Amino acid sequence: MSDQTIPGPSTVTRVARTPGTNEEPYLEVNDLHVQFPTADGLVKAVQGLSYSVPLRRTLAIVGESGSGKSVSSMAVLGLHDRRVARITGSIKVGGREVVGMSDKELEKYRGGDASMIFQDPQSSLHPYFTIGDQIMESYRAHHSVSKRQAKDRAIDMLGRVGIPNPRRRVDQYPHEFSGGMRQRAMIAMALVNDPKLLIADEPTTALDVTVQAQILDLIADLQRDFGSAVVFITHDLGVVAEVADDILVMYAGTAVEHGPVNKILGEPLHPYSWGLLESIPALTGEPAPLHPIPGSPPSLLAVPSGCPFHPRCEFKDRVPDDLCRTLKPELISRTADLGRTSRCHLKDPDKVFETDVLPRLP
Amino acid sequence: MLLYILKRVLSAISVVIVTLVASFALFFLAPTDPAGVICGPRCTPERVADIEASLSLDQPPLVQIGQYMKGIVVGRDYEAGGTTQHCEAPCLGYSYTLGQPVTKLLAAALPVTVSIVIGGAVVYLIVGVLAGTIAAQVRGTTLDKGVVGTTLFVQSIPYFVVALLVALYATFLPDSGYHPFFDNPLTWASGLLAAWLCVGLTNAAAYTRYSRASMIETLGQDFVRTATSKGISRRRVVYRHGLRAGLTPVVTIFGIDLAFQLTGAIFTESIFGLPGLGQLTLRAFGQYDLPVLLGGVLVGSVVLVVMNLVVDIAYTFLDPRVRLG
Repeated sequence: MSDQTIPGPSTVTRVARTPGTNEEPYLEVNDLHVQFPTADGLVKAVQGLSYSVPLRRTLAIVGESGSGKSVSSMAVLGLHDRRVARITGSIKVGGREVVGMSDKELEKYRGGDASMIFQDPQSSLHPYFTIGDQIMESYRAHHSVSKRQAKDRAIDMLGRVGIPNPRRRVDQYPHEFSGGMRQRAMIAMALVNDPKLLIADEPTTALDVTVQAQILDLIADLQRDFGSAVVFITHDLGVVAEVADDILVMYAGTAVEHGPVNKILGEPLHPYSWGLLESIPALTGEPAPLHPIPGSPPSLLAVPSGCPFHPRCEFKDRVPDDLCRTLKPELISRTADLGRTSRCHLKDPDKVFETDVLPRLP
Repeated sequence: MLLYILKRVLSAISVVIVTLVASFALFFLAPTDPAGVICGPRCTPERVADIEASLSLDQPPLVQIGQYMKGIVVGRDYEAGGTTQHCEAPCLGYSYTLGQPVTKLLAAALPVTVSIVIGGAVVYLIVGVLAGTIAAQVRGTTLDKGVVGTTLFVQSIPYFVVALLVALYATFLPDSGYHPFFDNPLTWASGLLAAWLCVGLTNAAAYTRYSRASMIETLGQDFVRTATSKGISRRRVVYRHGLRAGLTPVVTIFGIDLAFQLTGAIFTESIFGLPGLGQLTLRAFGQYDLPVLLGGVLVGSVVLVVMNLVVDIAYTFLDPRVRLG
């Protein structure tokens, strides 16, 4: 397992682990807006985001830094300071509305039915408290049990996430753990209350590649055991291919493409998704120059008019009437396949992909 | 850990010795006339010579330093007017003007200063850390701006002006004066109350700002977000997770501050009539009472070095990542 390589997206041929589903969604985000008023103006971090995740499925949210993937997920857990963030729209978790919850309700909700694994376990764990102490605190926040029972539970969880000798490790501090072990402890903490919704915010970014693979396997295994809905935030398409059932590609605070993982990675329909695929370096053949997407992500203070991606899009000339600059496309089904949606004015994106993009992919 | 403490104590002793030698050199080699000070204006040359001989002032400076150091370790005999006075170890000599052993003077003054400083510290730590933590939580609001403004205002008034105003106008406070704690803790506390409030509230301004800055930084840390995501109360997040980490830098400043304050709270002692170390050394300074001044320097350097050591050891308890060795 340790020398396992992460499959690149070009090699993805497998079908989604569970067939297309009509299950009731556990997490349902509808027309979510998150804005931060600042001295420089209104930062529109998330604009009209909608998606849903049923139990036992994994949605990967992909995008560059600043595309709104973390901000939207923090809103799902009610982690934004309400004096700083303006949140509108609807977030339903297990039928309960999270937007507009009172502080007391939020406290009960966070960490119970929904919990989060954070990016950098080094900075996300408190350096002054033992691992056991931090896991016990999570458990006791939602269960009225004695310290003794909570500690047994913490040891049990550490064992389940594959930490050797949990009885001894439970009393150690985060700095006595290696990076991978720390992330395992973080996962144990997030899962200690059997959450039905787990948000993993770039859980493997701070880890080296072999440890990454172990952590991804661990999350997949635990998801099977716990039957939770998982939202996986990442900018690593290799990780997406590994873990996700569905993908949501975000750009400048909006979803630009949404659908099953094999479809989106195999035949994406949005120029931004194409750019993401092209920017992956080839691992075989002659060394070739990298193909980054030209330009940089827009400032969220002044999102471009029309399609937010148009200033960086090489295909905007193929759309008549300057539509890309003036009209924001809808997130709708663009081909015969109704299971996937994208936000692009191109008439025949599947053909453009085949003739213009596919030959350039490594 | 023990080895570390031993090493630190040894280096602390050497620091104190160097400080002593340096100040000895500065004071005793300066063009002062201790014998003249002791004897007074109408003094015969024979009397001056006699005094100089009894204090070894006629010896070379190195011998004088040696005798002073020896006095600290084993005690020292002074011969004056045919009689011999034994000064027990640790002997820091006799005050030129008060005729008493310096150790006795220091022993009388130290508890006064310690009482003032510790009581004041309790006030400024509680007020400062609490105000700073609250301000950090409501950062940017009117309350926060009010707190920051108040601290700036308090800090921009010279301390002795505040102390004088308190002494003059806060007449509802009990009369100040020093009564030993072990005689009656109540009168001890009431006699020091005015000084505590004065030291406490003025220093609280600085501690409010330290804690506010530190807490703003800490509350923005990832582990605070993790704590929030667990579903524990905001109060628990701020006071258990935030304050624990946010206080560490404040403790460092506190240790050094405490050491400086312990070497003498001159304004507080003078204005509230408390016979502490500051008053003692200030008087000695005005009267060229060199042994007392040296005694003050010794206490000051010992306190500074000890407080530094205490802060370093406190760190190992505050932050598990720090392991001394």
